[in-house]
Amino acid sequence: MNTSPIVLLIQKIIKKGWLGKTFLALITLLAIWQIIVALQANPSLFLQQVINGLQLGFVYALIALGYTMVYGIVRLINFAHGDVFMFGAFVSFYSITRFQLHTWPQWLFPSIPHGLGLIIGAITVMAISMIACALLAIVVERIAYKPLRSAPRISALITAIGISFFLEYFAALNFVFSPNFITYKRPVEVVTWAIGLNGITTLGNGKAPPDGTILFSNIALIIILTSVLLMFGLQFIVKKTRIGKAMRSVAYDKQTARLMGINTDAIISTTFAIGAALAGAAGMLYAIAFPQIFFWMGIIPGLKSFVAAVLGGIGSIPGAFIGALIMGQAEVLSAAYISTPLRDAIAFSILIVVLLVRPTGIFGEPEREKA
Amino acid sequence: MKNIFSKSTLWFLGSAFLIYAVLQILVSAEILNSFWNTIIRIGGVMAIVSIGLNLIYGFNGQFSLGQWGFYAIGAYAAADVTYRWQINKSADGMVVLALATLLSGFAILWLRKRLSTVRGLDPLSAFTIYLAVTIILSALAWWLGTLISPTVTNGLNLLPAAVAMQIVFVSGVVFGAVVAAEISFLFGLPILSLGSDYFGIATLGFSIIIKILLDNSDTLLGFQEMKGARGMVGIPKETSLFWVFIFLVLVVVITRNLLRSSYGRAVISVREDEIAAKAMGIDIAEYKILAFVLGSFFAGLAGGLYAHINGFLHPNTFNFIKSFDPMIIIVFGGLGSISGTVFAAFAWALILEGVLRLFLPQGFETWRFVVYPILLLITMLLRPKGIFGDYEIPFLRQVLPKIRKTSETKGTDSPLEAHP
Repeated sequence: MNTSPIVLLIQKIIKKGWLGKTFLALITLLAIWQIIVALQANPSLFLQQVINGLQLGFVYALIALGYTMVYGIVRLINFAHGDVFMFGAFVSFYSITRFQLHTWPQWLFPSIPHGLGLIIGAITVMAISMIACALLAIVVERIAYKPLRSAPRISALITAIGISFFLEYFAALNFVFSPNFITYKRPVEVVTWAIGLNGITTLGNGKAPPDGTILFSNIALIIILTSVLLMFGLQFIVKKTRIGKAMRSVAYDKQTARLMGINTDAIISTTFAIGAALAGAAGMLYAIAFPQIFFWMGIIPGLKSFVAAVLGGIGSIPGAFIGALIMGQAEVLSAAYISTPLRDAIAFSILIVVLLVRPTGIFGEPEREKA
Repeated sequence: MKNIFSKSTLWFLGSAFLIYAVLQILVSAEILNSFWNTIIRIGGVMAIVSIGLNLIYGFNGQFSLGQWGFYAIGAYAAADVTYRWQINKSADGMVVLALATLLSGFAILWLRKRLSTVRGLDPLSAFTIYLAVTIILSALAWWLGTLISPTVTNGLNLLPAAVAMQIVFVSGVVFGAVVAAEISFLFGLPILSLGSDYFGIATLGFSIIIKILLDNSDTLLGFQEMKGARGMVGIPKETSLFWVFIFLVLVVVITRNLLRSSYGRAVISVREDEIAAKAMGIDIAEYKILAFVLGSFFAGLAGGLYAHINGFLHPNTFNFIKSFDPMIIIVFGGLGSISGTVFAAFAWALILEGVLRLFLPQGFETWRFVVYPILLLITMLLRPKGIFGDYEIPFLRQVLPKIRKTSETKGTDSPLEAHP
């Protein structure tokens, strides 16, 4: 049959899926173009936004790890995770304001240097909220998820949504956390540095930063350092310890792991507890960065971290981390350069586009056969 | 014809009519006040969305969290049509919407026939083609619609006002639902190839994007009357018990007939085992799209009805947290059970909106959403497969395919043997 070159070309375009790819490439190019224009217009502002995005991204990463670990091990989207995050923020708030726990080193050892005392105090508060969140997660897991382990997956999802509602609205009761916005009292003072080409200056109160500098606060430093430390800790637990080994084997094949003498129920509880502890730490860090807490604060960060986990490939720990950083950048950069009201829409569009290109996320394994 | 007047059909239609008559009498005699009337109508609306979702998730196995987005699209589209008729005295909304949906709908159907013969066309390319065509045709419809809308307005004004209002209302609801269906087609085309949970997240993202767009509907989308995050007011309150029941019965019957046809069996086979279904020669993508579009059509229908209950729409109604409500209802009622879904939808509306609002003791009003999840948890723990499980009333029960059907009966007018 005689086919003209145009028909051949059209056939080739169709076979290779070029139409769709061009469409995606156009969208991506538009985004990259926006970023380049922004970078050229004001490099220091752009870098500033990137730092803000990093700060947000690291908090999201901590929450996303909980989602991804729980999903990896029981295939459950734990919608209550965001509320565990809220709980962590509130526990740290009460241990700071009600019990002044961040000042305990000063009480016991009045001669301790101020900075060291603050650091130890803040770490104690964080540890308390992590432990409280872990306990909460274990209780929730025992009550709501364990009885449904043999039921259809969707039943557990619905109970997760139920638990999420319960935690939110129970927290909103007057004698619990009250339905109001509460101003968070930071355990540390905010120190802002202006980093420019001429060196670093410390900004005092109300002093305008010099031109062409990037503001970097100790809050961002704390968030990034703590998150990195916690993530290394998690990596250590998962990769080097017996519990981590058991977790990986349960995630791979629950039945066989049980046959090998692993107490799968205990391992699942541990996974929930570790994820919740990370969320508790994230709750405190988030409250330090954005010092206002209320009973619904867990929903949106929880959702975004969950999306981050999906973006990176749910079930994969480095994936959750990378996905969270992307989400943080997407949110901050699109708020700064594209449209503030549309920033969440853009973040979710990125998710959809990434899923179209890589259906199981950036680091996700191809889906295994349904068991 | 025998099938139409079978015992179960008569029983179903009779009892539906009886329930409607009793409720209508109670409402007319004001034994049920407008509060309970609203709750019953909301229950019906939720039943329609949930049947749509049950078709997608319960029968086709696609974990969609995006029904609320289509519900929102249907609600706002229908509200815009009736609002323009009521306030601006102009049928332009109706004409443009009808033209746009019809033009792009037929174009999509026509293209689908053409494109199905092209081998190796990936969903993303197909999506690009459809998107381009839809946008061009919608622009064309906009231009044409504004041209002929004065004529239509004059024509409608010749009718009695109440009749014209009903016409505008019903066409707004139906065409709003068609908009939702077409958007779901465009969106579902590339997305439905994703795995189950990833599909769920993508649809959740979709409903969030829709909510954000509605928040900025006056500035970004340019619909001044939707008033963005301030909420749309002044929508005529046209949704009566009658319309809710008519649409609910229609949706139930359509779903039931679909599921009894060979299309329906193909839809269910996709849920049971995709690979086996593919091996039997079933075009999985086709049936996923079919269920998804029909389910979203129902969601849009319900949205249109919802918009005209209170006469007020706010983007927060379409928050993603609420998008779990239909999911909760179908799991509550039993996945893959239409009667369970209808029952659960009404029970959900009665308990959450009615009983928990009215009968909580003094000082415990804020406990409504504390009691509700506890009820949810207890139900889930006691009956993990839903209240009804997979029980169906006889009318909705599926007929098992008669395996040894001889070739003589093929091609006759048997409604069970519609061939795709």
